[in-house]
Amino acid sequence: MATIKSLDPRVARAELPTEPTEVVLNPEEQWETYEVFHQKKSGARHIHQGTVHAPSSELAYTFAKEQYGRRDQTYSIWVVKTSQVFTVENDNSLYKTVPEKQYRNAGFYKVRDKIEKFKRQMNEH
Amino acid sequence: MYGGGFIPDDIDKKVPVDQEDPVRLEEFQARIDAGEKIEPHDWMPHEYRRQLIRLIEQHAHSEIIGALPEGTWITRAPGFRRKLSLLAKVQDEVGHAQLLYNAAETLGKPREAMINDLLSGKSKYSNVFNYPAKTWADTAVIAWLIDAAAIVNQTTNAKGSYGPYCRALDRICQEESFHLFYGYESVVTLATGTEQQRAMVQEALTRWWKPIMHFHGPPDTSSVHGNQLERWKVKMASNDAMRQTFLNMYVPKIWELGLTVPDPDLKKNEETGQWEFGDPDWDEFWEVIKGNGPCNHERLQVRRKAEEDGRWVREALMARSGKQVLPLS
Repeated sequence: MATIKSLDPRVARAELPTEPTEVVLNPEEQWETYEVFHQKKSGARHIHQGTVHAPSSELAYTFAKEQYGRRDQTYSIWVVKTSQVFTVENDNSLYKTVPEKQYRNAGFYKVRDKIEKFKRQMNEH
Repeated sequence: MYGGGFIPDDIDKKVPVDQEDPVRLEEFQARIDAGEKIEPHDWMPHEYRRQLIRLIEQHAHSEIIGALPEGTWITRAPGFRRKLSLLAKVQDEVGHAQLLYNAAETLGKPREAMINDLLSGKSKYSNVFNYPAKTWADTAVIAWLIDAAAIVNQTTNAKGSYGPYCRALDRICQEESFHLFYGYESVVTLATGTEQQRAMVQEALTRWWKPIMHFHGPPDTSSVHGNQLERWKVKMASNDAMRQTFLNMYVPKIWELGLTVPDPDLKKNEETGQWEFGDPDWDEFWEVIKGNGPCNHERLQVRRKAEEDGRWVREALMARSGKQVLPLS
């Protein structure tokens, strides 16, 4: 198939080279990443949304507004350098399932059976 | 450790699946079968990582390049309301590229390296964007049917196994639903308008039908990557299955508008429930992939110019970190 002349007036005006040119980005030319936290409305929690590449916190904030706050309701945004987030990978001390920690939940504490039994005993006397 | 301190294995190294640790491989497969998501720092087979990078990176490139055929019409959109909508849509596409580059980066390939592979032609993007948007009606057909085809693909892949990719796709699908409705409204406006408008949208649909049929890739018999990717939930449905889903949803909507597609053989076989269609010219598909489509050269040159023209801005912003800080006392 034949290459066509650009139908975009701006591209046609730019007179791009007819042969491919070599353009190579340098490592880290697009900066490091920031993690973005988004609060939908007043009183809501900030929820992690994703990342943006930026050269500074201020620009990370600007990019985050475009990337994660351009559509729906946004009350506030936080950004933090990814390299500043502390985590431990594959930490076995984290509970992936928690049946053994039920004593930390209200549902673990059952009294109704005892009360019913107690009442029955009282009635028998 | 702190984020960003993770150094993955050599991502370009090819390690066949049968050379992986069988115990870990089995545990990995069991997690996927149980519906768990794989996260960046989890163990994964080399081939899983390599194929995901390839898939997500090419998806990201498609969003970036996909902004070009439509972006060209922003300055010439018919009316302020449509200009606003098209601007928002094109901005979304570029935003989607960033979400996807971020997801691919979690697998260990820096964004600069991905962009370099796009610019050098090493890495591909969706073939459909090597065709021009000749008239305004072409943008309407792209926004409706190319986005529809993409949504079929993306909603399917959003149920895959890699956490960051699924999260990116969830957001993308949510945002793209507006593209689809905007595109549909644009096509309906033309199709229910004057004779001239109807002719315009019919011509655009005729031009785009082949690329639309190519969108989900070649028939599965000739696809290089097969079952392993499906077991790993990297690929969630076959090319043919996704094409069938698309045809099922959209051909009736096209016909409802009294529009036709340039394929006399297209019909639904009521017995099998499958759509049958003529050869959408797979030879042309492979030619365009090889770089010989009408716009391949222009698309990449535009990206190269954009990267080059933007460089001084990036450098200027970078220099800011070296600013002088006054002593506090």
